[in-house]
Amino acid sequence: MKINLDFGAILERWPSFVSGAIMTLELAVIATVLGTAIGVLGAIARRSGHPVATRVAAFYVESIRNTPLLVQIFLVYFGLASLGVKFPAFTVAAAALTINVGAYTTEIIRAGFDAIPKAQIEAAEGLALSKPQIYWHVVMLPAIEKVYPALTSQFVLLMLASSVTSQISAEELTAVANYIQSDTYRAFETYILVAIAYVALSLVMRAGFYGLGLVMFPRRRRLGTPL
Amino acid sequence: MGGSLNVNHLAFLANGALWTIGLSLIALVGGGLAGFVVALARISPLRAVRILAAGYVQLIQGTPLLVIMFLTYFGLPPLGITVSPLTAASVSLTVYVGAYLGEIWRGCIESVPKQQWEAAEGLALSRTQRMMRVILPQAVRIATPPTVGFMVQIIKNTSLASVVGFVELARAGQIINNALFEPFLIYLIIAVVYFALCYPVSRLSRRLEASQGRPRLSVETA
Repeated sequence: MKINLDFGAILERWPSFVSGAIMTLELAVIATVLGTAIGVLGAIARRSGHPVATRVAAFYVESIRNTPLLVQIFLVYFGLASLGVKFPAFTVAAAALTINVGAYTTEIIRAGFDAIPKAQIEAAEGLALSKPQIYWHVVMLPAIEKVYPALTSQFVLLMLASSVTSQISAEELTAVANYIQSDTYRAFETYILVAIAYVALSLVMRAGFYGLGLVMFPRRRRLGTPL
Repeated sequence: MGGSLNVNHLAFLANGALWTIGLSLIALVGGGLAGFVVALARISPLRAVRILAAGYVQLIQGTPLLVIMFLTYFGLPPLGITVSPLTAASVSLTVYVGAYLGEIWRGCIESVPKQQWEAAEGLALSRTQRMMRVILPQAVRIATPPTVGFMVQIIKNTSLASVVGFVELARAGQIINNALFEPFLIYLIIAVVYFALCYPVSRLSRRLEASQGRPRLSVETA
């Protein structure tokens, strides 16, 4: 058996790969930002004690976490289409990924809130901090700081999971690969390259989150605690 | 188009659901064996083995399962290795699950208190004896809740086998949808079946976690 690898024909298409990688990153960034917002709101709702809000949040989290992303994407895609409005694939992909990661983020941030000792809030009250001040400096930021590593890993996994949106023809990295391999008949080379590209993207994201963590949590930077 | 959902369709979906369970079990067994090797390799006294295992984990955890599926199914035939959809899905899931379970289990093995290692060494047990008789029995207890939790990820991830044409639950749904064109209804049914498969496992893993009295933060794949 003679194995004959030829990366030349694939590498010629580098502009397509770059545009696919950019779309993958765009999807990841949009879903990360919106997902964090949903996560904070969801965590507040789940801890609010309000009977309706708690249940709605719990239903959202459980239904998303116990069904595959692929099926969620199809549901959003065909659900939006059945409204009679035609959305571009990118919008559908971003919406589905946001809804998906929002549920995981809710759980992670909730764990962060749970980890804030009550005495710390009482101490802040004793120091006559205002309610918003307490909420931001004593509850929110330390909670996010505690779960920051878990959050960032989740977002890297989200970036990888965005490959599934190729199934509704969002033109991200995996979709580009599918197109190029069907054009060049060089499937092995194409997917190896794309796998390497994903590893590189996840390293880039990890580095970015590390830098962001240094900026966001100066206390930790001063103490030298690793993120 | 045409026709409406009937008993035959539902039977087809049920058959798909059985394959989802079957593929999940294949992935659990295959990935479990691979993960066990990875976990031991990650704490091997040999540096080269440790680096090799760490490289494997980094590489797989940085690649989407979808790309691994495409690589095995479309990438291997041009190299002269033909694979059926079932083989491609099983191999991909094994490789993928092995990396994740390997990392989870390494953490569990390392979280056995250091004194246990030292005591076993003090009793002049060999490295193999130490591992088999002292460390692993305790690590298994620690590893049970996260492993059951990861089982949910495995079940959900088998849905990606549909992209290589393997007829499990998601693919069965697509096929029926092609005939009936009732996407919203059909994918809703599919989602409910997945939920019915995953939710009890989720609950079980949470119960196990609670009974061990230390909630842990797990990161989950979609």
